[in-house]
Amino acid sequence: MSAAAPAAGGINARYGVSARRRRTDVAMRGVLLAGTAIALVPLLLIIYYLLHKGLSSMTSGGFFTSDPTGASAGFFGGAQKIGGIKSALLGTVEIVLIASAIAVPIGIGVALWLVEYGRNSVYANIIRFFVDVLTGVPSIVFGLFIYIVLIVGTGSTYAGWKGSVTLSLLMLPIVIRSAEVVLSLVPGALRESALALGAPRWRVIFKVVLPTAASGMVTGVLLAVARAAGETAPLLFTAGVTNVTTLNPTHYQNSLPLQIYNDFIAGTTQNFNRAWGAALTLVLLILIVNLSARFISSRSRLG
Amino acid sequence: MAVASAPAGARSILERPPAARLPDRILRYGLLGLSSLILVLIVFFFVRLISEAHPAFSHFGLFGFTFGQNWNVEASQFHALPLVEGTIVTSAVALIIGVPVAVAAALFIVELCPRRLSQPLAILVDLLAAVPSVVYGLWGFFFLVPKLHGIETDVARALKWIPFIGGSSITTTGPNLFITGLVLAIMILPIVCAISREVISRVPTDHKEAALGLGATRWEMIRLAVLPYSRVGIVSGAMLGLGRAIGETIAAVFLLGDASRIPQHLFGQGYSLAAVIANEFGEAQGLHRSALFAAGLVLFVFTLLVNGAARGIVARSSRTSRVPAGGAGGGGASAAAAVGA
Amino acid sequence: MTADRTTPSSVDVSPDDTADGTERTRAAQPVPSAGPAPAPAPVSSSAGHALRLEQLRAFYGDAEQVKGIDLDFNAGEVTAIIGPSGCGKSTMVRCINRMHEEIPGAHAEGRVLLDGENLYGPTVDLVAVRRAIGMVFQKPNPFPTMSIFDNVAAGLKLSGARGGGLREKVEGALRGASLWEEVKDRLSEPGIGLSGGQQQRLCIARSLAVEPEVLLMDEPCSALDPIATLKIEELIEELKQRVTIVIVTHNMQQAARVADRTAFMLTGDLVEVGQTSDIFTNPRDSRTEEYVTGKFG
Repeated sequence: MSAAAPAAGGINARYGVSARRRRTDVAMRGVLLAGTAIALVPLLLIIYYLLHKGLSSMTSGGFFTSDPTGASAGFFGGAQKIGGIKSALLGTVEIVLIASAIAVPIGIGVALWLVEYGRNSVYANIIRFFVDVLTGVPSIVFGLFIYIVLIVGTGSTYAGWKGSVTLSLLMLPIVIRSAEVVLSLVPGALRESALALGAPRWRVIFKVVLPTAASGMVTGVLLAVARAAGETAPLLFTAGVTNVTTLNPTHYQNSLPLQIYNDFIAGTTQNFNRAWGAALTLVLLILIVNLSARFISSRSRLG
Repeated sequence: MAVASAPAGARSILERPPAARLPDRILRYGLLGLSSLILVLIVFFFVRLISEAHPAFSHFGLFGFTFGQNWNVEASQFHALPLVEGTIVTSAVALIIGVPVAVAAALFIVELCPRRLSQPLAILVDLLAAVPSVVYGLWGFFFLVPKLHGIETDVARALKWIPFIGGSSITTTGPNLFITGLVLAIMILPIVCAISREVISRVPTDHKEAALGLGATRWEMIRLAVLPYSRVGIVSGAMLGLGRAIGETIAAVFLLGDASRIPQHLFGQGYSLAAVIANEFGEAQGLHRSALFAAGLVLFVFTLLVNGAARGIVARSSRTSRVPAGGAGGGGASAAAAVGA
Repeated sequence: MTADRTTPSSVDVSPDDTADGTERTRAAQPVPSAGPAPAPAPVSSSAGHALRLEQLRAFYGDAEQVKGIDLDFNAGEVTAIIGPSGCGKSTMVRCINRMHEEIPGAHAEGRVLLDGENLYGPTVDLVAVRRAIGMVFQKPNPFPTMSIFDNVAAGLKLSGARGGGLREKVEGALRGASLWEEVKDRLSEPGIGLSGGQQQRLCIARSLAVEPEVLLMDEPCSALDPIATLKIEELIEELKQRVTIVIVTHNMQQAARVADRTAFMLTGDLVEVGQTSDIFTNPRDSRTEEYVTGKFG
């Protein structure tokens, strides 16, 4: 017989998927799609709301060039000026810069030791364990610690730099962890060929390892910075509350998160509006840092 | 045949002069010193915290403080149970809502969506991490609270036969435990999703092809090959998110109100360990202040337990099932760093 | 091996056939898609299932990896595909159970006929194709989180098999894969706890459990030691009565040992196909001769 008829029933009938399985497949795929959509909805809502409420306040005159006056508008009728957010913006920039200046060298140094010297020794693993523990500390507890040590302990008062120290405690484990990951991605062969050329260890580190890992580490640092810039709790009891712009970190310093918080507590519409403007500013700031980190990371030579 | 030899007394060229070894030594021991300093700092950190919290613990007893029912500032009664329960409730809501959504999104992004969309979608979800908690608090208070008020009342009435969730006499009055949990869910979404994505993408193609080769539909393949393999990593990601939710302060301050009673129902007010510290520390004295430190310590112990459990799960599963948990560990670290955990 | 040949229903009847039904190797020229008269499609019977490839082409994006293959796989036989690395043999085989299109950007053209039905037809269910055509991969890949029993049962559970019936089928599959005696007392242990060779037989059992009509094996022994390889080769000999087997191998001695017919591929083209003994001792094409004598590879 040489008829070319397909076997009875065809493959769909012999091996096909039951309607029930088909339905489950479609349904679950729908569920996963829905989950993704749900995950994105808050982002869109927040962006919309931020723009909607914050843009007008941000673009009003003097928003970035005047300090908060400390007055709450509207209580006594009339146009009492509540001012802008100059001190908060500058304060955030300075506080975060100083915090980075502390956390970055120390963090990279520790990561360097862990990868180059400590490696898998018991001591190194102990340090890694404790750094891990530090990662889990709630941010407000850092504030408590600095308060006790640097304010009560020294009998002195709030200061911008103390806020910076608190933030650096927060940033440290992030910097250490991401730097460690990046440094351990540097191929061993690279180090070995440099050493084989007769270069001393420190030169290999500074001329080969660090430059190779540089963009990855910058990414990690920027992400830590983005995180620190948005934190409120650690600054609550360390940096002090003030309205005036001061570039001197030994004074009380204002910051964007604290400004938003205080405006919320103030409770009047105008304060709320300013809070939204400040919120939009803060988010834009963090976004810029975040996107720069991504950009740098995409051009990294490693992993 | 005379072999050339160095003049007597001179050093061989193979030996480095002691001075040249100095920078290496400095670097090595300098960095070691730095790392040890960190160790000392962390230890000092805990010692100090414990000593500050000690008066409260000794006054009320360790268990009395943590599990006592009354947090009353005026009466100088500081027992943390209402705070603990508030923390648990909000974190539980955050997990229950946040983790499934995060995992679903991760599965979709890695397994289902068209290749070109994967990266943009992932970035969008990660952007949620760029929003600082104070902004979440603002948004939750001004946008979510009024929007959900009606729905919450309806749900409470419809489910009145479930204790804690329903009750016909409930009046929801704005900020409450549920909304806090909801916002916390949004806040932990990026972390859990990033880690889940990382782990899911490490499932070897082999296993996925084996499942498909058996005649599995797409979803069945995910169920057979992807989920069992990445289960461990996903759980550890969820625990990382949990740790974050537990310690979140400012959003809780905005959204919880400050009723330091035992939480009566989901849509009512409550308090959390972190929020109480933020709210009351400014003017706290003496025993009150010590109690707040104690609350901070309890908070911290919670996160420690959660993180430790996560690590334990990862370690135990990698011993028994030989599913490489390196995906959970290493991948988790870089993914977590990416969202600034 | 030739016993079944005289049964007309399992033979690829073509003008090239001699009177007793054995097949001559095709002439040493690129295989024409239409000979003097088009060959009727191979017909299945209870003796087995036949596969035919018609002008099969496979692409990765725009790059053509498999360039128009016509090839028959007879029922009840083992057909080996040999050729140097990169010649497209794995790609071609993966087109048969339509796994090739799982790779992003990859697609295939042409027809793959299973007992006369085109698997690339518009109404054909992809999942059905994969179930009808089993696959064993190069590296043994039992599901790591499942026990031995669950591994074999995985495909069966998908279509709702339960309880006693399920246990019978699992045992049958394990026996079919010559693994039952070795694992019958430890069915609940993890599948990856077995040795390499055992794992591969487990994967074979897993594929057999859903009773496929064809079994594709992509270099199944390349990760195994010689003793495990031998066991699997013996298994293949037993299995070919139940399933038509296509085996890709870079090991020519293996092809000589297990295969009834062998096809030689080179850079995406089918160079020659025929009885294994003829391919190795009396190849028609000079390229085939150079390959099997090791002049390149």
